Amino acid sequence: MTQKKIPYQKIVVTAFAWFIGVAIFFPILWTFLTGFKTEAAAIASPPVFLGFEWTLENYKEVLDRADYFRFFMNSVIISVGSTVLGLLIAIPAAWAMAFVQGRQTKNILMWMLSTKMLPPVGVLIPIYLLFRDFGVLDTRVGLVFVLTMINLPIIVWMLYTYFREIPGEILEAARMDGAPLLNEVVYVLTPMAVPGIASTLLLNIILAWNEAFWTINLTTVDAAPLTAFIASFSSPEGLFYAKLSAASTMAIAPILVMGWFCQKQLVRGLTFGAVK
Amino acid sequence: MGKIHLKNVTKSFGNLQVIPPMNLEINEGEFVVFVGPSGCGKSTLLRMIAGLEDVTSGQVVINDEDATHVRPARRGLAMVFQSYALYPHMTVRKNIAFPLKMAKVSREEVEKRVTDAADILNLTPYLDRRPGQLSGGQRQRVAIGRAIVREPKAFLFDEPLSNLDAALRVNMRLEISRLHQSLGTTMIYVTHDQVEAMTMADKIVVLRAGVVEQVGSPMELYRNPVNMFVAGFIGSPKMNFLYGDFAADRSAYAIGIRPEHLALSTQSGTWKGSVGIAEHFGADTFLHITLKDDTLLTVRAEGENNLKHGDAVYITPMDGRIYRFDENEILLED
Repeated sequence: MTQKKIPYQKIVVTAFAWFIGVAIFFPILWTFLTGFKTEAAAIASPPVFLGFEWTLENYKEVLDRADYFRFFMNSVIISVGSTVLGLLIAIPAAWAMAFVQGRQTKNILMWMLSTKMLPPVGVLIPIYLLFRDFGVLDTRVGLVFVLTMINLPIIVWMLYTYFREIPGEILEAARMDGAPLLNEVVYVLTPMAVPGIASTLLLNIILAWNEAFWTINLTTVDAAPLTAFIASFSSPEGLFYAKLSAASTMAIAPILVMGWFCQKQLVRGLTFGAVK
Repeated sequence: MGKIHLKNVTKSFGNLQVIPPMNLEINEGEFVVFVGPSGCGKSTLLRMIAGLEDVTSGQVVINDEDATHVRPARRGLAMVFQSYALYPHMTVRKNIAFPLKMAKVSREEVEKRVTDAADILNLTPYLDRRPGQLSGGQRQRVAIGRAIVREPKAFLFDEPLSNLDAALRVNMRLEISRLHQSLGTTMIYVTHDQVEAMTMADKIVVLRAGVVEQVGSPMELYRNPVNMFVAGFIGSPKMNFLYGDFAADRSAYAIGIRPEHLALSTQSGTWKGSVGIAEHFGADTFLHITLKDDTLLTVRAEGENNLKHGDAVYITPMDGRIYRFDENEILLED
């Protein structure tokens, strides 16, 4: 009786998982396919799934009209820069929160997280004015800075959880072995937390890469990353679904490929504390 | 040089004072064991000496210099932890070399000292392994190796053997004693195991609830315990305590007699009882005997005897080996 039940459950669960997986992936697939359609085919009703005439026309036009490489480089610099800067700030912060807990540590962590609950548009105007006054509007430096601040709570939280898994005695041993604080963090804590730090790094690069609100609002030309590149195809000349799809595909392709290759590391990092 | 002096040291966590003012002197080259039941503050005390725990008030003086506010890295002490606390991402070689790297010792010197330490501790074949690939005993030796290479003023051991199995524990006990003899460096050793304390220490510090109950050599504590706590803690099996008539007869609140100071006879003796359980260890047999009023006594008898459950026996305490205690559990002088 129970033996029969197990495969039955398994079938249901597997089917359900596949359904969810396909549902999540379908928009990306659809975007990818639409990028190879003609504009007419892109808005055809009923929509055509695969039996359309494949064309590279959209990609050609998109590349002709905008300097893809410059947007791409801006995305790389901003996402990597903000993640690295964030880690430099977050590692000592998470160290303190994990190993030198004070009475307010938990509250500080909650407070940091709570800043993520604020709708970003609520602080758009003050930040925009600050950017203008400091002359960092439409600069990579400005964006690196703002994205670091936006993602810092998440970086600190993630690192904090990983650091908590490291036995404090090992750090004490380092102290007894004559390691000053900096060496304790550099030679002992960081190498031990590499899996956690790596997945934090990857996740934050993805978050920063996909961040659209600040990157679009605070840039015009020079520092505009791929999010702005997509946006630039969305409105001015009406809706060109095929070109927009081609641009989107080009914008998400690099990060998708990176995520694909680092899948193992990401999953391992995200389940680090839970499974052990 | 490794002289450590605690002057009126106290420790509080919030409003809870775990160590009331304590004075303790540890001399150059001594092997001192802090022993006491769990929660007695012995580890806290050790960590205060190490600098891993702040001192609430008082002074920690190392080699006549006030080290109360010196960072652990600067105290020149080495510590071996209960969990070994090895660096899992480094090889054995790098683990042992770590303190030297921190001290910026030259590469040739590091190589030499690591090789020497590995030699002493029989770790040479394992130098390129990671801690995860070693057994408990080997890990413990790596931890000791990491401590000895830097030639510290004193070694601090925090229950280093409690994660090892019984046979290994006996070996490591000997190895640590041997190490102390050859290095001659001050060692402070924390344990809850009185056997470790008795066998290794030059000086035992018995602690209860943060208070030093007695300080002395193992045999001093064995022969002249100042109170029932020390008397019961030191010695194995535990000292027998008798109350009621047994004690009143000797005008005391309680009397204590060690199992090895009771003579056993099947014919006649001071007290009559019957054998409950006989534990045969080969060389010795420990008999658990029930006297009148259900008072229980442990008696150490010859290994080869035929006494069994329910046999009637007579027990006679040896002269001069009866300890008398008052209501405050303090030893009464004869």
